[in-house]
Amino acid sequence: MKQTPLYDKHLESGGKIIDFGGWALPVQYQGILEEHEAVRTRAGLFDVSHMGELWLGGPDTLANLQRLVTNDLSKARDGQAVYSPMCMETGGIVDDLLLYRLAEQHWLLVVNAANTDKDEAWIRERLTGQAVLENRSAQTAQLALQGPAAERILQRLTPAALHEIRFYRFLPDVTVADIPVLVSRTGYTGEDGFELYFPADRATELWDRLLEAGRSDGLVPAGLGARDTLRFEAALPLYGQELGPDISPLEAGLDRFVKLEKDDFIGRAALREQQERGVPRRRVGLAMVGRGVPRSHYPVQCCDGQAAGIVTSGTFAPTVKQNLAMALLERPFAEPGRLVDVIIRGKPVPARVIDLPFYSRRKTT
Amino acid sequence: METRHDRLYTKDHEWVLLEGSRAKIGITDYAQDSLGAVVFVELPTVGDSLAAGDVLGAVESVKAASEVYTPLSGTVIAVNEALEDAPESLNEQPYEQWLAELELSDQAELGQLLDEAAYQEFCAGEEH
Repeated sequence: MKQTPLYDKHLESGGKIIDFGGWALPVQYQGILEEHEAVRTRAGLFDVSHMGELWLGGPDTLANLQRLVTNDLSKARDGQAVYSPMCMETGGIVDDLLLYRLAEQHWLLVVNAANTDKDEAWIRERLTGQAVLENRSAQTAQLALQGPAAERILQRLTPAALHEIRFYRFLPDVTVADIPVLVSRTGYTGEDGFELYFPADRATELWDRLLEAGRSDGLVPAGLGARDTLRFEAALPLYGQELGPDISPLEAGLDRFVKLEKDDFIGRAALREQQERGVPRRRVGLAMVGRGVPRSHYPVQCCDGQAAGIVTSGTFAPTVKQNLAMALLERPFAEPGRLVDVIIRGKPVPARVIDLPFYSRRKTT
Repeated sequence: METRHDRLYTKDHEWVLLEGSRAKIGITDYAQDSLGAVVFVELPTVGDSLAAGDVLGAVESVKAASEVYTPLSGTVIAVNEALEDAPESLNEQPYEQWLAELELSDQAELGQLLDEAAYQEFCAGEEH
């Protein structure tokens, strides 16, 4: 298994290591529920150094990216981060990524760990004109400091005016604990917080300094388990579950990140056709009415046993304290209020279709 | 990991507490620790007739669902309904909280189970 530069720190903090797509990462330290609660009410620190970082530069960078991703990057400014799916011609999803505009023709692309090599090859094969792609995933560490106390904690280690960084904005070169860091106000938890990109050889130093700076605010290290329950409640999609090569961004409910009116991009024809005809399936929320925990891949049926779709993620949601699922349902069943059955260990258990997300924070930034 | 001397164990990390021809079945301290916070328990129905290896119920943590298999054949004569409202008690008191009680139909199956020492040795091997 591959290790991030923080592997020894995870062991030191009592992390329970699992194999996450080939990476040895902690699923939890003291417990998923405790870490989830810490992020919702105080702050949590996640090692997400397994994520991939690709830099694209050169005079034709923007034109290439506009063809590769579904969102419109033309209106972005320096210091802005843009979320976008990247599609195949079929409209199926290659990956979902964050694109950071460092300059008009210089972007940082942050991709899912398991997709890093695939994405690099996909992009490289399709580059035209003058654009140079560099995969610096191994040299780049990433920490996510998430939760309502995140700004207060990070501010203790940097002179930068963090309150001026709005949601989905970033500063490319901030000194944090004497380390050069790209500080981005983004995250994958549904809380306020920051994602920090910096040289991998400074990872243990920044990890320790952050935990120390946050101790008085109840900052704890948080693992992949809490990362999953947090993103689940906020209905943030996960590649491999809500997103994949057979799922279009329109089916996944990512309509606002698909700009059919911009210049041509890979997958546009298929997505336009899907939009005109109406998507065959839709991502929805399910709240269990009967007793049971819905899990990924459980079938969903309508009340007479007819196939209605499939659960993509499901769990006991710690903040809202309910057994909930995200599911891809055939359109006729994807109406809020509709009753369906989730098949749990062979038995139909009733559930109600509800709107997403399950949880939203009160926004202050 | 805590174990108890008064009962038998399986390699699936269940415990069996014998009372004559009846047996209570639960999950071990090792099992609850590996699962993490238990948030849901599914129990069998009283009167169910089970063969060794059949699904007895399910214990779900935040992370995942785990089925529990009965190591012994028999008829379910009682279930611990308190777990349905307080699944977390499996984490707090794994040896006090049983899932189901069976009237055994084949005492010979007890020979397949591990005693405390054998179970401890098995767990030590699981760590690596």
